[in-house]
Amino acid sequence: MALSRKIAYIDLDRENIKLEPIPMEWRRKFMGGRGLDAYLLYHHTPGGCDPLGPDNVVIVSAGLLVGTLASSGSRTHIAAKSPLTNLLGSASMGGFFAPEMRWAGIDHFVIRGKANRPVYIYAHDGEIEIRDANHLWGCGVYDTQAMICKELGDQETQILCIGQAGENRVRFASVMSGRKDAAARTGMGAVLGSKNLKAIACRGTMEIEINRPEEALEYNQQAIDQVISSKASQSMQRWGTNFMFGITNTTGLVRTRNFQYNQLPNSENLEAENLDQYSIGMDACFGCQVHCRHRYVIKEGEYAGTYAMGPDFTTLGAFGAEVGCRSMDTVLVGNHLVNDYGIDTLEIGSMIGWAMELYEKGIITDKDTHGLKLEWGNDEAVIEMIKQIAFRKELGDILAEGPLRAAAKLGPESLKYLIQVKGMSNLHTDERAAPALALSVAVSSRGADHLRGMPAIDLYNLPIEVLERIYRSPDGYDGPLTNNFTEYEGKPRMVMWQELCYMAVESLGICKYHTVFLSPNHPAFTEFCRLIQLNTGLEFSEMDLWNCANRCYTIERLFNLREGMTRADDWLPDRYFDEATPLGLPGVRGKHIDRDKFKALVDEYYQLHEWDQEGFPTPELLKRLGISDLGSSLSK
Amino acid sequence: MAKKIMIVDPEKCTGCRNCELVCSVRHNGVSNPSLARIHVVKWDNPGIYIPMRCQQCEDAPCMAVCPKDAIYRNEELDSVSIDHDLCIGCKMCVAACPFGAMGWNPKRGRVYKCDLCHGDPQCVRFCDTKAVDYVETSKLCCDRMREAAENYADLTRRYAR
Repeated sequence: MALSRKIAYIDLDRENIKLEPIPMEWRRKFMGGRGLDAYLLYHHTPGGCDPLGPDNVVIVSAGLLVGTLASSGSRTHIAAKSPLTNLLGSASMGGFFAPEMRWAGIDHFVIRGKANRPVYIYAHDGEIEIRDANHLWGCGVYDTQAMICKELGDQETQILCIGQAGENRVRFASVMSGRKDAAARTGMGAVLGSKNLKAIACRGTMEIEINRPEEALEYNQQAIDQVISSKASQSMQRWGTNFMFGITNTTGLVRTRNFQYNQLPNSENLEAENLDQYSIGMDACFGCQVHCRHRYVIKEGEYAGTYAMGPDFTTLGAFGAEVGCRSMDTVLVGNHLVNDYGIDTLEIGSMIGWAMELYEKGIITDKDTHGLKLEWGNDEAVIEMIKQIAFRKELGDILAEGPLRAAAKLGPESLKYLIQVKGMSNLHTDERAAPALALSVAVSSRGADHLRGMPAIDLYNLPIEVLERIYRSPDGYDGPLTNNFTEYEGKPRMVMWQELCYMAVESLGICKYHTVFLSPNHPAFTEFCRLIQLNTGLEFSEMDLWNCANRCYTIERLFNLREGMTRADDWLPDRYFDEATPLGLPGVRGKHIDRDKFKALVDEYYQLHEWDQEGFPTPELLKRLGISDLGSSLSK
Repeated sequence: MAKKIMIVDPEKCTGCRNCELVCSVRHNGVSNPSLARIHVVKWDNPGIYIPMRCQQCEDAPCMAVCPKDAIYRNEELDSVSIDHDLCIGCKMCVAACPFGAMGWNPKRGRVYKCDLCHGDPQCVRFCDTKAVDYVETSKLCCDRMREAAENYADLTRRYAR
């Protein structure tokens, strides 16, 4: 049964492995995936531990509906204390690893300690062994997976692993699976590297019982139709998330040349349509009909003939707009390299964009770059910097430390050009014209990020009735809502709702493209309850699910507070307030975030979450959620 | 009604393996691709995905090798079917199938193969790109011909006026 999957507690110091069932009470309170990870992380990581030390615990999990008839039930979640932010580390990815983990009988790996040599973990039908990985150390992501499949003699084995960047403890190294699936944010790859853990391989033939198979099949069809009938999904099926580049760039929502402009003119080459000439077909994660990634072959240059997967919207920013480049070839090569080295595309693009602005301003010079001309639009320099960061060479060694540590080394003047929150860089989006989006970036539980609580549909200026249908349920919120994305009123509710929706989604292990993220018509709490019931037999009402998500999100908050986060960390870089957008459509041009209004947004956001003015969850909230014991150990 | 055949078009396959999932749920009530009657064979470099399943052979090796005549031609579906009352579980058919399409379920002590879901194959139903399709033969050929002729037609449209 889906509920009979185990937690594998692995101590790499002693090479000790213990399998334990997941108590039904935990399922009811935390579901699985990211939700249960938050709880496990809070309990198994000692407060204040070194993120790259043996005491940090890394958790790899599959969500509650992974492998079941919930379309896109494919997501792996990884949690640990982040070496990038020193706060919550949390990242998820699609692909095929999580379902294979469940067929191998495991829902969560909880891994602590440090192996005395490079190792990988192999789980097969409920049995787990720790194997030598000396011969894999130094290999990229693609080779590592191919070699493990070969030595295990089973091509169906699914593998997650780190590349050279994780081994070198680049603080934003990703954990990868397949060619493209990346749990990239918050530096989880560096944590695996610090444990000498190169990979986890899974292969399973254990069945996951479906509670009501016939009905689940029918309902799955209904849910799929709901998802793929939306315009957003149909665009994704054809071009992936790249379709958003043209729209957001035309509007003026694309962060360009670090943060100097909000639009990249003459960027036709980066438009999604231009990918057609490279693509050999689309690719999907397990059980998903949105198939949003390209399979492509690089045509020219040093990497001609190389096969890779992607890119996505993020990559177009990272190796395009942010660094002032206009070449799809650069994007495709950059995408291939970060996937093979195992680095967060988003973070590395932001770091290079930032370094370019420092170079332009003379804050760093040829002496710092060892002669590399870090000029806007220098395609070769971008590719070179990716390599330098992955292998910690020259300037790359400093940038590999992430925004705040790098700024500490490059001097206080460099700090004000950083576009980061809580020590993690933002996507290449410019939220100065969209307060709701800006708020979601400022308060996210893992640092600047668009996938924690971004109400992206706010940008569509939808009829208010549509927003009311979504954002007033399931708890009957009766405060303000507005449908103009440049306004401030009613936006905290949208952010809070999205946070809890995404928490539910990531605890269930399904994809955000299958919920209210890019389309207002996709499944949410109502549909999730039905999916849970038909697939697992667990009965959740919409409010149960809402409370569950709230409980898990609150635990993430408590974790961050325990690790030293304060209200001051829920804030944006000064440039959002002090510099107005120079480009874009009339509604977007000349916009900046208003400090006072933004402070009021944060206040209202805290009230909605039932957190006090310092951002601490109130004792009443903790009591209602049944987690008073977690809050009691915190001191302000 | 004209008879249908199941056909795969690897160029349309996105590799999502939803066909494996729905197949195992439809036939076994569980999610378990190792029991599915269809499997997407993948090459990861470059990404090539080919869904493999029973070809419903005319001169079927599984049928030929069966010592108990438990495998027969199902005229209605134009498919190869198993009569489990006659089957003795010797697994000769598993060994004989050149496509690996005859499986053995140790838990049930039974061989299994694609039964076209009695005319409504779930893998086809859930394949949104129709990389796996179940179509009338005549239509299949006409569609393929039209597709193949598209270039010619395009040239004619452009230059023939």
